[in-house]
Amino acid sequence: MHKSHRAARAIARKGLNLASLPRSATRFATYPNAPAVRHLKQRPVYLDLPRIRLPLPGIVSILHRISGAGLVLVGIPLLLYAVSRSIASPEAYASMKASFAHPLAKIVMLGLLWAYLHHFCAGIRYLLLDIHRGIELAPARRSSAIVLVVSLALTLILGARLW
Amino acid sequence: MDWLVQRLSAVVMVLYTVLLLALVLWNGGIDYSVWTGLFAHGGFRLASFLFMVALLYHAWIGVRDILMDYIKPPGIRLLLETITVVLLVAYLGWTMQILWSAP
Repeated sequence: MHKSHRAARAIARKGLNLASLPRSATRFATYPNAPAVRHLKQRPVYLDLPRIRLPLPGIVSILHRISGAGLVLVGIPLLLYAVSRSIASPEAYASMKASFAHPLAKIVMLGLLWAYLHHFCAGIRYLLLDIHRGIELAPARRSSAIVLVVSLALTLILGARLW
Repeated sequence: MDWLVQRLSAVVMVLYTVLLLALVLWNGGIDYSVWTGLFAHGGFRLASFLFMVALLYHAWIGVRDILMDYIKPPGIRLLLETITVVLLVAYLGWTMQILWSAP
C-alpha cells in the first residue's frame, strides 16, 4: 500500500493528529497537491459520520435542537388544546384528566416532559456559557454531563409522580 | 438582535415556569377550581400571555435556525418558514382566545 493511503486511513481511524502521522502525510502543509491531499479530497474522511464520536457538549447541543423541534411541533399545540379544554367546564376538565391517564398519552407526556426539562437545563447552561461561566473544556464537559443527568432524573421523578 | 431576543425570551419563560410551579405548590396541587381560579386572575392572564409571546418568538428563531442549517433549496426553505410563521401567529391568536374567553 502506498504510504499516503496508509496515512489517509490513519486519519480516518484516529482523527487528524499530525504528530502521530508519518512524514508523508504531513507534506500537504507545504505541498497542497501531494498524494495524501488528493486522496483526502476524493474521500472526505473528516466527515465520515459513523467514525466521528460526538463529545458530550455536542450531544447536549443536538438534543437541544431535537427537543426544541419536538416542543414546537407537538408541545405547543397540545398545551393550547389541553388548557383550552381544561378550563372550559368541570366535565371537560375531568375528561381531559381521564384522557391523560391513557398509557399512550402518558408516554407522549413523558417525552414532552423530558424535552422541556432538557431544553430548560441545556438553555440555562448556554446562558451561563454566554456570561463566560464554565467555558473551559473540563467544566464545559462536566456541565453538559450534569444537564443530561439532571434532566433525565427530573423526568423520572416527575414522571413517577404523574404516573 | 435575534441572539438577544432568544436569551431574553428564555429568561421570561424560566420566570413563568417558576411562577407556575410556585402557584401549584402554594395551592397544594391542582384541581378544577384552583386551575380556573388562576385564569380568572388578570395578572396571571397577562403573565401567561407574555410567556406565550416569548415562547412563540423563541420558537420562531429556533425553527428558522434549524431550517437555515438543514434545508438548502431557497424555495422550500421559504415555504417552510412561511408555514412556521403562519402557524406561530395562529397559535398566538388561539392563546388570546383562550385567555380572554376564560370563564
